[in-house]
Parts: sequence; C-alpha cells; structure tokens
Amino acid sequence: MTKPLTETLTGAQIVVRLLERQGVRTLAGIPGGAILPIYDALSHSKLIHHVLARHEQGGAFMAQGMARATGQPGVCLASSGPGATNLLTAIADAKLDSIPLVAITGQVPKAMIGTDAFQEVDTYGLTIPITKHNFLVNSADELLEIVPRAFRLAASGRPGPVVIDIPKDVQTQVVEVSVWPDPGVADPLPEPDVALIARAAAMINEAARPILYLGGGVVHSGASELALALAEKAGLPTVMTLMALGCMPVDHALSLGMLGMHGARCTNLVLDECDLLIAVGARFDDRATGKVAAFCPQAKIIHIDIDPSELDKIKSAHVGIAGDVLSVLKLLSPEVETHLRKRWLSHVAGLKAAHPLRMPGLDDPRTHYGLIRAVAECLDDEAIIATDVGQHQMWVAQAYPLRRPRQWLTSGGLGTMGFGLPAAIGAALAEPERPVVCFSGDGSILMNVQEFVTAAEEGVNVKVVLMDNASLGLVFQQQTMFYGERTFASKFKGRPDFIKVAEGFGLRAIDLDKEIDPRAALAKALASRGPMLIHASIDMHQQVLPMVAPGAANKEMIGG
Amino acid sequence: MNAIFPAENQALARAVLELDVDNQAGVMSHVVSLFSRRAYNVDGIVCLPVGNGQNSRIWLLVNEDLRLEQMIKQLEKLEVVQSVRRHRADHEVFTRLEAFFR
Repeated sequence: MTKPLTETLTGAQIVVRLLERQGVRTLAGIPGGAILPIYDALSHSKLIHHVLARHEQGGAFMAQGMARATGQPGVCLASSGPGATNLLTAIADAKLDSIPLVAITGQVPKAMIGTDAFQEVDTYGLTIPITKHNFLVNSADELLEIVPRAFRLAASGRPGPVVIDIPKDVQTQVVEVSVWPDPGVADPLPEPDVALIARAAAMINEAARPILYLGGGVVHSGASELALALAEKAGLPTVMTLMALGCMPVDHALSLGMLGMHGARCTNLVLDECDLLIAVGARFDDRATGKVAAFCPQAKIIHIDIDPSELDKIKSAHVGIAGDVLSVLKLLSPEVETHLRKRWLSHVAGLKAAHPLRMPGLDDPRTHYGLIRAVAECLDDEAIIATDVGQHQMWVAQAYPLRRPRQWLTSGGLGTMGFGLPAAIGAALAEPERPVVCFSGDGSILMNVQEFVTAAEEGVNVKVVLMDNASLGLVFQQQTMFYGERTFASKFKGRPDFIKVAEGFGLRAIDLDKEIDPRAALAKALASRGPMLIHASIDMHQQVLPMVAPGAANKEMIGG
Repeated sequence: MNAIFPAENQALARAVLELDVDNQAGVMSHVVSLFSRRAYNVDGIVCLPVGNGQNSRIWLLVNEDLRLEQMIKQLEKLEVVQSVRRHRADHEVFTRLEAFFR
C-alpha cells in the first residue's frame, strides 16, 4: 500500500485545488487586497480560466450565466468590503431564481474582524437572508470540508447561492494535506410519496378542464421532456411562467405560452375556467397569479415542488407533493390515462382564436415585435437568448419562439436591470459553440455597461440587441397607465451614443436605424462571430400589452 | 424581543418552538432573520448548548399567526437547523423563567 502523499499548502492553494477537483474550469471575479492570496494561487492554475469582470456584480452575473446555461454551479470571486457588497444583488437574484452559485469572498484577517478595518464589512451577516447557506471560514483545514459542501448545497434540492467568506490569514495559513475530499455533488433525491401521486393521477383522470402550469423547477430538474409527454398523453393545455419558457415549444399545439401579468388574453381566460391546475416546479409568483383569490377560482390544485415550504405558501393545494419534479413526473405519467379531451381542447382552441396575443408590426423589423421576430429568423434553437429587465424583456418573452430548456436566461424573481450583458457573457463562456443574443434596453444596458470591455477582451460570441426607447419603458408605461400620465423621471434627456460607447469599449457596432435593409444587416451581424452591439430605436409610447394591473385579477386585462 | 408579561400572554395565542441546531457562530442570526424580515416578533428566546456542545437547543416564544406553519417550514430549510418541534404556549421552559423577569 502506498502512503498518501502529504503536501504542505496554503489555504489559498487548497481553495484553488478544490475548485479544480470540483471541475470548475471558468470563473469570474475581481481581485483586491483581501483575496490576493487566492488570486496568487489561481495564477498558477493550468486548469482554471479566470475572467476579469469590471464590476463584482458583473462577475457574479457571469457566474449565473454559466450556471443558467449548464445547470452546474457557477463560481465568482470578490474581495472584502465593497467587493463583497457589490456581489449582493447578483446573489439575491440567484436566490430568487434558484440558480446554483458559489461566491467566494476575501475577508480581513481574523484578528481584525470587528475592528472596522479597511474594507471590512460583515459579509456573513449581509448574505444570510440571500443565500441558501453561508460560511465564515475559521481555518485552512476547514476549507477541505466547506468548499465541497458549498457546491453540494448550491446544487442540492432547490438550487441556490452559497457564500464562502475567507479571512486573508486563513488564505495564507499553511497546513498539511494528505487526503482530498470528493467533489461536492447534489444530494440524492428523496422518493416521492406514491400515495399522493396516485391521488394526483386520479384527479387528472377525473378533471374536465385541467391545465398544466410549468415553472422554473421543470428546467432545474431537467423534466421538460417528461412534462411535454405528460401534457400530450393527458391532453393538458399548458401555461409557463417566465422562468419556464422553453420547456414546451411555444408553437406546440398545447402551449398557451406565458401566463400572468403580460400573458395573452386567451391564456389568462383559460386559467379562469380550469377545474384543475397542475402546478409543476412553480411557486405562484404574484406576476403569474395576479390577485391570488381570483386566480383559477374554480380549480382544484395539485402542486409539485422540491421545496416543501412552497406548498401551501400562496395557495393551498388539494394535493401537495414535496419532491423532485423529474422523479414525480416519472411516477405520475404512467398512472395518468391517455385522454384526447376533445371538448376542452376545442374550447381552448376557440379562446386562442378569439383572444390571441396581438403582436402588431411582427413583419416590420423596425418595430419592437418585428425586431425580435427578425432576430429569431436568423437563429435556430441552439442559440441562447438572454435579456435584461423591462419592456424589451416582456416583448421577447411574448414574441421569441423559445423551444428549448436553458435556451432562455432572464432575471425573473428579482427583476434585476443589468443582468443581461454579464449573464450572456457567462453563457457564451460556458457554451462557446452557441451563439448568444442579449436583448437589452437603454435603461438596463447602462447598469452593467462596463462588461462590454470584458466581452471584447474574451471575444465571446455575444450580440447585444439594444432596444432604445430613450426611457425607462416599463416605468413610463405604468406612469402612463396608472399615474395620470405623469411620466416623471422615466424619460432620458441625456442619451448616450451607444455606437460610440460600444466601439469605445472595443466592440463592433451597427445601427439598424441607419440601415436601408435592416433585415439583411441583422442577418449579417448575427452570422458574424464575436461580440457586437446592434442598436435599434423603438417608439417610446409602445406598451407591453395585455397588462394586468399590479394587484388586480388576471382576467382584468388592459389592452392587447 | 419583548419581556413576557402575563397579561399579554393571555391576550394573544402563542406557541413555543423547540429547535435543535448546530452550536456555531451565526446560527442565531440565521434563525432570527427569518422572523425579522417578515416583521414577525419573537417574544422570547432561550438558547443553551446540549450534550457535548456540538449542538444547541433554541426555544422561541412567538405569536400564533397564520404564517406560523410557513415559518416552521422555513426554519426546517436552514442548514444549521436539524429539527423543529412545536409546543403550546404553556410549555414550562418559558413559564419557569418568568421569575427572572419580574
């Protein structure tokens, strides 16, 4: 028997080795005083490619982009103090959308913690409410347990962010390591309750007007194909949350697209009539349900979720199944009877024909819907579509023909402007063979505009389609609709020359406004490789319709 | 974290929660922040190590609120919490402590 090799390593070297052993090959971050030992160790790694973000929030959203595109935990690094606080928005965003993320922060040396030392902030305390779990590391030995555990926690059950805060003296502490832990992997999933599954199957078999309601959990558990098969077998018209778009191709006969605040009229009207709602990996978010008491008022509810705290949180389920969506659907599908459901499906088809999503200008690439559709016509389903947050996000959610899980990267729960560009960069780094398009707005793009230079430096295949309406469009829209047209603080007086901005950061850029044939220019731009800005002006007065007023019932839609 | 007044005790329905947790720095913050972010007052807290000191037990005195079931599920999700048990408000852990708050 060979004696295990004992190595003398610093905490920083241990961190880098554990990341390598974990399979991390790309991570994003920004160095600073309190994390320099880890950066020094990282400089010796032949396996890990470090992407230098220009703002820590950008780095964390790049890590999110990697995680959202692949399903594997993304990793970001930041220094103490402002480095850590700059991460917070992206960590909170990962929490609300259940994205596996491991954020490693430097901290001042242990002896200086609590002294208001330079760049000291209570990272542990700040991240308690926005993480699944967090660690303040006490010694280099502990890293051997904590780092794999952080990855395990991020990936297990309902995924989410984990923070590891490492004081500088722990990074420099020298210890002997002879045995390395296994990489952290997701815990095995608990077996779902078969009695509950039998009850759910019976309810589906007996229902006259059932609806399948898919959420982001279907993407996370890799259950899209099973969900589609269940819908087809049982004849279930299917709605998707913003996070679930792509689970069922939008052009599938059973798809009713996105539900809720900006769903099609037919979608919300069908939900109003259903007698059974089968919620799968969805959490009854207020943007999806509208006024909860009026959401699916006639329906019994089956709720399947990996997180028991989601069951009965917003709406009481008649059957609540705590379990992984994939495992549950595997057991549920065989018990569900094949059902043509002609009467219900023909009624749904009638509502679809009478109240479709209206997308004026769809054939004109100089309109918002037309631009989105023109982009889609240049790409196939292999492309990744990221967005920022605002009107453009909702228009893309409505108009882009999403057909594949993990095709669609968007900030749903937290709704973070500035998400799009860095998330798109992260996705392109993780899946370099796929073209990545980021739809953004002139409000959102400025919130992480510095990452243009990161995109240029890395040469990532990201095209930013900037829909410029010289305003904070959704704010402008809500002020127009609900605040007596007092459009205050939502119109931009100063307007950057985005072409020059992009070029100044080292990107190619085209302005579709100036192209005689915008469709051809778009096709040429999207066919080229590398980062590029595609600018297009949009009419400020265009609205996202239909719209359910915040707090109103979904059947009370305005416009569309 | 108000002191317990017998009159108030009777006015509002209360519950006592018993949590088995890891004994390490920050555990109390994880537990309490779940309540504070929801503006859900915790009337009483008692915490001491148990056994060999690896674990602690936290006793919480809280109002019976429609959100209590959700709070228990949220507590169970915390990595530092091993188990949660719910008792009635007359559990002696707090009634016997009342002598110290007179």
